[in-house]
Amino acid sequence: MAFWTGTRSTGSWKAWYRTLNEKVLTRHFGVEGLHRIDIYLKYGGYGAAEKALKKMTPSEVLEEVKKANLRGRGGAGFPAGVKWGFVPQNIPKPRYLCVNADEGEPGTFKDRYLMSHNPHLLLEGAIIASYAVGIHSAFIYIRGEYEAIALRLEEAIGEALGKGYLGEKILGTEFGLNVVVHRGAGAYICGEETALLESLEGKRGHPRLKPPFPASVGLFGCPTVINNVETLSNIPFIIQNGAEWFIRQGLPKDGGTRIFGVSGQVSKPGIYELPLGTRLRSIIFDHAGGMKDGKKLKAVIPGGMSAPILTADEIDLPMDFDSLVGAGSMLGSAAIIVIDEETSILDVLEAVAKFYSHESCGQCTPCRIGTSWINKIVRRLAAGQGEPGDIDTIVRLASNIKGKTLCPLGDAAALPILSICQKFRSELERYIPHA
Amino acid sequence: MSPELSAVLRRKIDEIAARYPKREAALLPILHLVQREVGFISSDEERFVAQALGLKPIKVREVVTFYTMLLRRPVGKYHLQVCSNLSCSLLGAGPLLDYLKQKLGIEVGETTADGRFTLSTVECLGGCEQAPCMMVNSDYHGFLDRDKIDRILEGLV
Repeated sequence: MAFWTGTRSTGSWKAWYRTLNEKVLTRHFGVEGLHRIDIYLKYGGYGAAEKALKKMTPSEVLEEVKKANLRGRGGAGFPAGVKWGFVPQNIPKPRYLCVNADEGEPGTFKDRYLMSHNPHLLLEGAIIASYAVGIHSAFIYIRGEYEAIALRLEEAIGEALGKGYLGEKILGTEFGLNVVVHRGAGAYICGEETALLESLEGKRGHPRLKPPFPASVGLFGCPTVINNVETLSNIPFIIQNGAEWFIRQGLPKDGGTRIFGVSGQVSKPGIYELPLGTRLRSIIFDHAGGMKDGKKLKAVIPGGMSAPILTADEIDLPMDFDSLVGAGSMLGSAAIIVIDEETSILDVLEAVAKFYSHESCGQCTPCRIGTSWINKIVRRLAAGQGEPGDIDTIVRLASNIKGKTLCPLGDAAALPILSICQKFRSELERYIPHA
Repeated sequence: MSPELSAVLRRKIDEIAARYPKREAALLPILHLVQREVGFISSDEERFVAQALGLKPIKVREVVTFYTMLLRRPVGKYHLQVCSNLSCSLLGAGPLLDYLKQKLGIEVGETTADGRFTLSTVECLGGCEQAPCMMVNSDYHGFLDRDKIDRILEGLV
């Protein structure tokens, strides 16, 4: 895996230098051996954990993270500090941290980079989060396919135990933390936080009814914090540099940078760590090198496959949670999938319909049956056997999934399908043979 | 399963289960372990794991049938899993899959007669910046084209 894959912009030397300085999470990705604790320590690693554990109280840590307006990087964008604050401190049960490293959202690969290049940064974030919430046991739920990365994390945990950054009495304090790496086994739904908990308990990944929320009733019925890898990797920087500094890296209501993963028909697919609020057009054309083979842009999926599609004339918008909601889409996992003019929108719809019909966990009828019927109709269209009224049927089915399921997978399936049918209706109609 | 293997597995199972507050939470890591040793998970292995963890066999069956990485049938020595999701499709995963089918003389879901290759399609592997990509057993291969596929297959003995 090349260290610098896709992280350099194509603009002027000055623009390139500026983007280098803007990096926070990926700043030292070019350093050979960064995944080893000795190198990580040389670059100031575990300094934030030391500061938090020795110079701050848990509630001071919590307040700093709340002030930083760090919104969850997994997709939902819920403020991390607020989430931690929901965990009850006065009940006689253990509390758990679950690191969501399931990374199943199509188009998303940023956590793979974070964990393989800098596993200790994640561990340091987990230590600080656990200290703030009073947690002594953490699980990293990593997607099953990332076997090599799971091994790397286990090596890192071993190194951290050896140097006294994990285990009992961390850095000579009274605080202790144990971390276990747990591999999933190929189910997209397990990225949904309550399905993740079920899976971690040794069951099918069937989402739970909320409330109660995991903060009060989570893993093994105990209060649980679930944070994405990138979310936790930001914590050491917030503690080291302060909430105000963190907000300056992004936007007031949406602090920090974001690791945008760009894939599809662009010249330079890869990860690009940029301030929240960077314009989508700039990410695609200034950073990711523009369209592959000089073709024209047709559409962009801006936040992983669950995000409603944007047409080529909708990309002049800042990439932050609120702006994308305003544009009728979502920032999600910040995975940008770029589609060129020569691609048939039916092929895109087919990939989306196939994915959700395969990954629906089967628990809620509207999602189980709806995604399956949509997939069948889309396949019929693709085979040239579409019938008049098919697009309306797809829209009706998707509308009947939306808002009618236990977990967000239903909406994640319905919304992109509805947006494709709405924005590219005339193109889709052309695939229906007319009597 | 031989008595030697089952003794070794039981010891490893206890080791893994000790990491969790409840034994049954170790089910997925243990199924990964058993699959690595045996190749796939038949009803015999389901019963073995159920007994080792103190679960009913149906609980294990429920889990095995839910997760796509857990295999209920044997696969070839090399399991080729080609991503068929959007980012890979946009960059030609479809034609590459056709190329593999033709080269191996099998359809998706089949194993070559010599038992060397099984061909599957999978959903997003999280290797989108290296699209089109596939996994061969647990190894990732990205930026695939016909030449690269030829080289990869030649390297598998």
